[in-house]
Amino acid sequence: MLDLRRYNCLGEALRAALDRWPSEICLIEADRDRENARLTYQQFKQAALPLARSLQNAGFNRDSRAAIIMTNQSKWLISAYAIFYTGGVLVPLDYKLSAAEQLQLLAHSKAEVLIAEYHLWRAIVQAENFKSLGTHLVLVTEAPAGADLAGAKRWENFHDSRLPIFVPRTRRDPACIVYSSGTGGRPKGCVLTHDNYLEQCRALTAIFPFSPGTRYLSILPTNHAIDFMVGFIGPFTCGATVVHLRTLRPEYIRDAFTRYKITYMTVVPMLLKTLERGLRQRFDELPGGRRRALRALIGINRAFTRRRPRLKLSGRLLGQVHKGFGGELQALFVGGAFTEPATLQFFYDLGIPVGNGYGCTEAGTVITLNDFNPFRADTVGKQLPGIEVNILDPDEEGIGEVAVRGRTVMSHYLDDPEMTAETIVDGWLRTGDLGRVDKHGHLQLLGRKKNMIVTEEGKNVYPEDIEAAFEGLPVKEFCVFAANYLWPERTMTGEQLILVIHPEPKPQIESTPVTTPLPTPTVALENNEAAAAASDAVSEPISSNSSDVAPAPRSDESTPQMDERHLLSPEISAEIDGRNRRLLNYKRVAGYLVWDCDFPRTASLKIKRLDLAEQIRKSRGRHHVVYL
Amino acid sequence: MNTLEQTTDEILNLAATHFKVPREQLSPGDDFFKKLGINSLQALDLLTRIEQHFRIELPDYELQGVTDFRTLAERIQSRL
Repeated sequence: MLDLRRYNCLGEALRAALDRWPSEICLIEADRDRENARLTYQQFKQAALPLARSLQNAGFNRDSRAAIIMTNQSKWLISAYAIFYTGGVLVPLDYKLSAAEQLQLLAHSKAEVLIAEYHLWRAIVQAENFKSLGTHLVLVTEAPAGADLAGAKRWENFHDSRLPIFVPRTRRDPACIVYSSGTGGRPKGCVLTHDNYLEQCRALTAIFPFSPGTRYLSILPTNHAIDFMVGFIGPFTCGATVVHLRTLRPEYIRDAFTRYKITYMTVVPMLLKTLERGLRQRFDELPGGRRRALRALIGINRAFTRRRPRLKLSGRLLGQVHKGFGGELQALFVGGAFTEPATLQFFYDLGIPVGNGYGCTEAGTVITLNDFNPFRADTVGKQLPGIEVNILDPDEEGIGEVAVRGRTVMSHYLDDPEMTAETIVDGWLRTGDLGRVDKHGHLQLLGRKKNMIVTEEGKNVYPEDIEAAFEGLPVKEFCVFAANYLWPERTMTGEQLILVIHPEPKPQIESTPVTTPLPTPTVALENNEAAAAASDAVSEPISSNSSDVAPAPRSDESTPQMDERHLLSPEISAEIDGRNRRLLNYKRVAGYLVWDCDFPRTASLKIKRLDLAEQIRKSRGRHHVVYL
Repeated sequence: MNTLEQTTDEILNLAATHFKVPREQLSPGDDFFKKLGINSLQALDLLTRIEQHFRIELPDYELQGVTDFRTLAERIQSRL
């Protein structure tokens, strides 16, 4: 692997890697069972430099910003290298966002160049806010012959064989602007420097070194901080191979393991659970004798791997299982959201260690990671070398807000010094997550302090970002909260969003008794708890004398009356449901809560969310939520 | 060639069979994530079943931003 201390910027390190391992395979791109591309480091360089030269011809230079909106594929990484080669700043945008959201972030980032796949570009062109696009140049990949590109150029034709000029950057210069949220509200563009990335890479590869011959299956979106690091910068600076799959279907992921003899892969908890379910199902289908034998072998493996993984032994004991994963898998990594310890233990007992990690974009990807020394299913591991973790204002159990300091922490939020000052205080990045560090230095996460949720797919959802979807509702005012922010719980699973509605002064609802049935539930509610809570709300009339309802909060010196009925009119409820459905499924609110008081606001009429949450917490519980 | 209605109907039949829900509980405007209680990976699984049935290939991105059976049918219809 390269000694990254010797390099000042990503462009320099990547350039050295391409020269050091010219004949090693750096990239394989597969679409189902077809292989689209297989490039050596030399071929990668030959593909990227003509693009870099053409970008320079078009005026792209030091500090110019270029956005990429693409699924995981070879042209993503080739384009990124060309951008770094020319001294530019990369803006990786989430291809799963709507075109309108992408345009909003493009405007905020002030990207001069956009590189996008054809089908994504087509959606952008059709978006209502397309005219807001301020880029000077758009390159589109894989456009069909004769397609109308709406002024864009074909990526495949945008090359000049003359050599480009390498533009060096310093460690403190920005390398990427990565959006951690803000599609509907205040964009959070994390400005990450070359130092952030090089140090993060150094820390990660110190624990899990890549080398030529290592094959990393890249399925998390490359625009995401995790894959950008472990599915691009990490393997490339070690001479390893990245395998891209153009589909996320579990059957093709399984095929890829065996076809490409994968060494490492990072997944989100949802995929890990899907793999677990598939394996458990197959185990259950085994004839009785073989099933018992398998259980016994798993037990033996567990006993022998208590202190550390023993991959060779596990491979011999549980050969059939390991063969299904290609036979050369060293470890899986999981991040992006909370993973159930039982799932981690299930894989570990099979001799497949899963490195559970914790991080955030603002901290330059990973903060803590399990190093299997020994394996722990109940924590997110120890801090990486060079990263300091501190627990702020710990309570008697040692639980407090997790704060991080080190060279991987971002420089600032783009064009938002106020938010930067709130987030990085005295050099410590406040994560908004609650946790404690045990005597072995392992971090345990125990909830959130901030108003946001993370889905099992690893999607961070900020309530403010989805409020735009409910603009114009026929209600006095509304606000979205994370349920665990309103009613804190020491869990990071099953997180939900709640729409708090303050109806118009004249009630929108008929004067029906509180036992009015809820709108007919659909076949599958969000989860069983939600169904139970909704059912409770129907079966347990709530009166003003109910002991679990605290006195109504004060607002403007008056004592407002709470609406005891908790239900909106069917019309408004249907309107909320309709708008909710237009949101991507992971962004939807789980239910609504009727709140019959004016929201506390600042002089400039912004909602004081913290105060409102406190008021709600005092007089309303989860059982008052009406689930959609 | 199938009409859009036929395509929609066949998709609803496939979804009902694959996820073991009564066919009569599914209608074209339903949000399949919610109605079937599935996640995005399971939705991709449905896409595979649909491909096998119609003998076409659908890139994963055809499912992007789609949550109801009717829109899904429209995407598939355009590839038949």
